[in-house]
Amino acid sequence: MTITFRKAVGAAAVGLALAATFATSPAFAQAKEQFFPVLSYRTGAYAPNGVPFANGYVDYLKLVNARDGGINGVKITWEECETGYATDRGVECYERLKGKGPTGATAFHPLSTGITFAVTDKAFTDKVPIITFGYGRADSVDGTVFAWNFPLGGTYWDAADMLVQHVGKKEGGLAKLKGKKIALVYHDSPYGKEPIALLQERAKMHGYELLLLPVTHPGVEQKATWLQIRQQRPDYVFLWGWGVMNSTAIKEAVATAYPREKMYGVWWSGAEPDVTPAGEGAKGYNSLTFMAPSGHGAVHKDMIKHVYDKGQGTGKKEDIGEVLYNRGMAGAFMTVEAVKRAQIKYGKKPLTGEQVRWGLENLAIDAALIKKMGFEGFMAPLSTSCVDHHGGATAGIHTWDGKKWVVEKGTVLVADSQIIKPMIKASADKYAQEKKITKRDCAKEAG
Amino acid sequence: MIRQNGPFLALCAVLLVGLILPLATGATAVGFYVEVLLGGLMAGVLYSLVALGFALIFKASGVFNFAQGAMVLFAALAVARLAESMPLWAAIVISIAIMIVLAWLIERLVLRPLVNQEAIALFMATLGVTFFIDGLGQTIWGSDIYAIELGIPKEPVMVLQGLFQGGILVNKEDFVAAVVAAALVVGLALFFQKTPTGRALRAVADDHQAAQSIGIPLNRMWVIVWSVAGIVALVAGVIWGSKLGVQFSLSQVALKALPVVILGGFTSVPGAIIGGLIIGVGEKMAEVFLGPVLVRAFDLAGGGIENWFAFMLALLFLLVRPQGLFGEKHIDRV
Amino acid sequence: MLYRENGQFKSTYASDQQMLPILQDRVFMLGLVAFAFLVVPFVVSDYVFLSLVIPFLILALAALGLNLLVGYCGQISIGHAAFMAVGAYAAYNLALRVPQLNFLVVLVLAGLIAAAVGMVFGIPSLRIKGLYLAVATLAAQFFMDWLFARVKWFTNYAHSGSVQTAPLDLFGWVVDTPARKYLFLLSILIVFTLIAKNLVRGHIGRAWMAMRDMDVAAEVIGIRPVYAKLTAFAISSFFVGVAGALWGFVHLGSWEPLAFNLTLSLNLLFMVIIGGMGSLLGSYFGAAFIVILPIVLNQVPAFLGVPISTSMASHLEFMIFGALIVFFLIVEPHGLARLWAIGKEKLRLWPFPH
Repeated sequence: MTITFRKAVGAAAVGLALAATFATSPAFAQAKEQFFPVLSYRTGAYAPNGVPFANGYVDYLKLVNARDGGINGVKITWEECETGYATDRGVECYERLKGKGPTGATAFHPLSTGITFAVTDKAFTDKVPIITFGYGRADSVDGTVFAWNFPLGGTYWDAADMLVQHVGKKEGGLAKLKGKKIALVYHDSPYGKEPIALLQERAKMHGYELLLLPVTHPGVEQKATWLQIRQQRPDYVFLWGWGVMNSTAIKEAVATAYPREKMYGVWWSGAEPDVTPAGEGAKGYNSLTFMAPSGHGAVHKDMIKHVYDKGQGTGKKEDIGEVLYNRGMAGAFMTVEAVKRAQIKYGKKPLTGEQVRWGLENLAIDAALIKKMGFEGFMAPLSTSCVDHHGGATAGIHTWDGKKWVVEKGTVLVADSQIIKPMIKASADKYAQEKKITKRDCAKEAG
Repeated sequence: MIRQNGPFLALCAVLLVGLILPLATGATAVGFYVEVLLGGLMAGVLYSLVALGFALIFKASGVFNFAQGAMVLFAALAVARLAESMPLWAAIVISIAIMIVLAWLIERLVLRPLVNQEAIALFMATLGVTFFIDGLGQTIWGSDIYAIELGIPKEPVMVLQGLFQGGILVNKEDFVAAVVAAALVVGLALFFQKTPTGRALRAVADDHQAAQSIGIPLNRMWVIVWSVAGIVALVAGVIWGSKLGVQFSLSQVALKALPVVILGGFTSVPGAIIGGLIIGVGEKMAEVFLGPVLVRAFDLAGGGIENWFAFMLALLFLLVRPQGLFGEKHIDRV
Repeated sequence: MLYRENGQFKSTYASDQQMLPILQDRVFMLGLVAFAFLVVPFVVSDYVFLSLVIPFLILALAALGLNLLVGYCGQISIGHAAFMAVGAYAAYNLALRVPQLNFLVVLVLAGLIAAAVGMVFGIPSLRIKGLYLAVATLAAQFFMDWLFARVKWFTNYAHSGSVQTAPLDLFGWVVDTPARKYLFLLSILIVFTLIAKNLVRGHIGRAWMAMRDMDVAAEVIGIRPVYAKLTAFAISSFFVGVAGALWGFVHLGSWEPLAFNLTLSLNLLFMVIIGGMGSLLGSYFGAAFIVILPIVLNQVPAFLGVPISTSMASHLEFMIFGALIVFFLIVEPHGLARLWAIGKEKLRLWPFPH
């Protein structure tokens, strides 16, 4: 019988070792700390875009600790987990980090539409908010169904709608789009496919022809795509790419002599790593820019003073102020503001994900607050509610002049909610039905 | 002869008809058709270069080297990053040295201990090497997108406008790449045919034991052939990198080289070249001309058939002609 | 001294043919199963369940299926994630379109559909083998990836191409908590392991092994290659299809075609090779190794308190993973299962090795 005993001892030892590896340290238990999980990708095909975003996000958390001593005295702690933009790794990271810190994870930024889809239904049981600002599922605007998703500041349906409106204006009215051709060059994943529904809806309304040109992950093979563009000669090309796919698309546009002025990227296809590899060829390329364009503001001065000059910076000092860096900062800013907002209700102590959700649902980031925090010019005001998890979306257009992004003056795009609202409702209802979710009653929760 | 090769000839005929069909039906302008053809050939040249590395290693050591793509990435990263602080030629020379060291290490640490193992074990080992090189490359050289500047203009030129409606867009870069690839193949052919080392390599490829018994040092031959494959990878990496930028994704081009070696025959150098061209042209033609037809017919969500077209083509070839276009007749058939 | 079969005589055919002929093995196995059912659900944290144990159980099932094909029948496939995808999407559509069906029925039907598709892609194996076949199976991989991404019907016209499933309901027992998922998967894995064990020691498994060891000789002794190879493809795809459905429904809950990409196929093959070809136990070892290793490697620097950047940690993870694979292939090309067998052999002689 000793043999089974021996094995049992072995098994117990393995079990203990595992438990030791994965148990959260009890030292946190009493600390006055707010834990921020950070899902990032600093390696693989999407690293060129993942790195600046993660740097901006983490640097802002450092700044809040260094400058303000945390959020009203509650120190921020964080841990990064590498997802490599892969859904399964992202889910593992989510599981790993959701319970850390004294009160669990504050909120997740999955930074990938695929991971967002996968963690969305986990959030219902774990009660952790999922913030997808400028990405994620478009239908998750509906807070009654997607109780834990916050597509703050805009979804891909908003983005697609804004782009159609913008090119409509260029043509001299949406009616002029009739008979025109618009090609959508998209990343062949949930991210790239999201805008299709809206573009098709708009195509029905205005009578333009929509060409769908998927590009397979990771997006270095686009010769055939651009040959088709050369053949079909669309009037506009919308680019829904990420990572190396963006710069490749611009290079192929150069090689097929497609005018870059006619190319419009979504806000994830308009950062420095997307255009610089194409060199001179990228000149004239446009993209949506939302909330956080490139450049320096008051908050960047603080960042240099409190973080970088003390040698605490995550990235290189020169890279501060890049588009994705600023966007990472804005993402951290919104999350911190949500915690502050929730602290008003629940007290200045570490908060749980559920308490932070209240903050996210009652966000009131107005122009004065944006100015006070040094984000003037980098953010649009946001105000959310239990029903509306999105807070209002506005965006502009910026153009690459060969050296920097230049924001087009006077262009403020707002999506047409009359088209999008019914689509959101239909899609959210379908999700609720498939997942057998009972809707929240927001009126009751408020009362 | 005809009877034996009947299915193969039939397949070739079908492919030829498919190639001409878009033109014959008048569905497209001649100028555009030629552009697609050129685009396909260009992509094919790059596939060929990667496939060449595969074929060389398989011929000499019987290893199905999955790490070829990772080697392309590693070499390209080395050139791109070194060229930031020195002239391009120096960067290339140093990178060649690095690739030779890498080949020596692989032979020493991976191949030699695994000698006489089954082919599948060796294949898996090269998968392990792939992971290692991918990680190593990003650790040393970084994971951003880097550019290799060969100094060739990227703007296309319009030619033959008088002959075809709309003219033909061509890139100088593509022609340089084609010339380099051709030069490389000629160089390799000379190396294999004329130099003593090349002859020894061919002997090793024919029969390991016989070669060893007449005093050819097997281990050194392997180092040489892996170094040559590394240099081929470097050329492929530099050309591809100057077109599209050097980034992690480059290592995935290795996958496209698999159908190429099937088509051309695992052990054939000209097969790798011609197979690459066929796959390149075939998949671009399929995507541009067949794709939209399929999308309309089945209401698909976009085309993208080039992802599997090459593999399906290779599969069909395998069924009618398992040795590939130029492979050795003797093949492990069921 | 204690692990010894002396004195255990077999007096009936039944006892000669039992699955675990040695008493100690039987006791150990029963103990292990009891431990897995009765102790594990109460001591393991949710994180370990969701990130390690559940993926391990499902991938062990898939590796088992692939091992039947690769290890027992000698046919290589680097496209088996495609059949997982077939299983997952078949189950999704069955559950969606015929909601009356119990999930267990759906699971079996999904497996059968995967088996049918697997047989179709197994046809090339009748003419080619070895690495050529490996490349041919890649065609299945890329074609299936494309098919599920493009044909809208398969994803019920979801606008993002991603599908969702509701929590499973088995006769009123809702599989939603990690512990319940674990128990459900464990039961399925045990059932399938028993099926596999009995297949490989039966008539059909012997036919496969004969085919693997020498196809010409196998044909001479009356084994039809068509029958042996296609059954191997079908049964292997059945296992893998079931695993795919479980991966989608139990582990992911919502997925896109990318979830079943080439990386997963290669990982399955790694599991089989590292674990041990032609060993059911090896599939378990391999799955455990491939599931746990990257996650542990990723956490080791943080655990040891080494200040190392996230990017460095994940690059190192790549390198160590690759190096370990090469290392294991060199040390024991027959996989972890062989190391286990050697250990057992040593134990039989212990403490008197002579």
